[in-house]
Amino acid sequence: MKRKSKFVLPPKYILMILTGVCVIAMLVSFTFNISGGPLHTVAGYVFVPMQEGINTVGTWMSSQAEKFRNLKEVTAENEALKEQVDKLTAELNTTNLEQYELENLRELFELDQKYPSYEKVAANVIGKGGSNWFSTFTINKGTNDGIDVDMNVIAGSGLVGIVTEVGANYATVTSIITDTSQVSGMVSTTSDNLIVNGSLKNMNENMVIEFSNLNDSDNEVGIGDPVVTSYISDQYQQGILIGYISTMETDANNLTKSGTITPAVDFEHIEEVLVILDKKQKAENE
Amino acid sequence: MRRKITVFLILIMCYLLQTTVFQSLAFAGISPNLMIIAVSAFGFMRGKKEGIYIGFLAGVILDIFGGGLFGGNALLYMYIGYCNGYFRKMFYPEDIKLPMLLIAGSDICCNLVIYFFMFLFRGRFEFLYYLGYVILPELVYTMLITIFLYVIILKINQRLEMIEKRSAGRFV
Repeated sequence: MKRKSKFVLPPKYILMILTGVCVIAMLVSFTFNISGGPLHTVAGYVFVPMQEGINTVGTWMSSQAEKFRNLKEVTAENEALKEQVDKLTAELNTTNLEQYELENLRELFELDQKYPSYEKVAANVIGKGGSNWFSTFTINKGTNDGIDVDMNVIAGSGLVGIVTEVGANYATVTSIITDTSQVSGMVSTTSDNLIVNGSLKNMNENMVIEFSNLNDSDNEVGIGDPVVTSYISDQYQQGILIGYISTMETDANNLTKSGTITPAVDFEHIEEVLVILDKKQKAENE
Repeated sequence: MRRKITVFLILIMCYLLQTTVFQSLAFAGISPNLMIIAVSAFGFMRGKKEGIYIGFLAGVILDIFGGGLFGGNALLYMYIGYCNGYFRKMFYPEDIKLPMLLIAGSDICCNLVIYFFMFLFRGRFEFLYYLGYVILPELVYTMLITIFLYVIILKINQRLEMIEKRSAGRFV
């Protein structure tokens, strides 16, 4: 049985002490950019296996819901897709030819090191963040697979986000559509720099994110132009596709433009992601 | 000890359900906040002190996997647990109105604080938008889940109290 101690701390003081602990933890995590420490390892082994288990149930349920889509819709989609396959095959052939030509030219110019193919590791999404305000999710690979904080995460060919927390067997990814996220991007057609920031409101309403500070004095950038991560970003690798410009308008200062970008990744249905194991900072030091 | 383990398991279950199953069952991208139900319920059922500890623990769990500033959620949920503890004297297990009201209040407070510090401070002034598209939908969905989850937590708590009373009586 529990021993009764004579001295009982009133709740008020417990609250004060723990408030202090929290404030100190916040200051430490803010200044040194570390958080939790060994807690991550412990928590990882408690939560991640269970999350993986439950998630299979969740995926099963949503896949059952998917089945209710009527057959007609699927047939129509199938036909459209077949057409698309034909079109894309034709396109692929031309691209292959162009690729071959490009490789030859690159060799000539010794440029094949310009966009090194990054080393990647695949991971599954096992849980979304606990808050409706921010878009974060947990993946089932961690430091055991070489993942570290600040590594870029992609899905398909588009940028998803960046690793912000890591444990032995899990990592937390903060996606680029979360309201607090900022990515330094570049319009790939004109090499003009811009700032991409997530927006809860725009994402809810139109499935787009915002961009600003686009300096395009010659009016060369148009709707539909692809936006990639910029070489001046200190966190993101160069040349990863973010999305396509969907709307654009000139700011009040008449110098810069801002607007919205349709992300290349379908953030509603992310199930598998690739984590790029090269970090921007590390690449620069070498 | 039995109580500590049970409470810890409840929190783990809430967190796991919130991040997995309820994310797939989200309506319009909004999922319910099960953690706040657990913290608030234990706050008014067990008093300030347990409210603090359980809120703190729930916050730490959220912080570990949250990716933001470590300690923010712990602080927020701890105060919510503490404030709910004030209503222990008014709480009767038969009455469901007060618990519903308290849990709703806790959820709104929690979201208002997050909006204030994380959105208003960065110049996102469209409060009415966030109220209509995040805070209220989450409130409605959370209240819907509360009807089931609160009864489960209440029954577990009553059972624990019964066992505690019985084993305490044995030594008299």
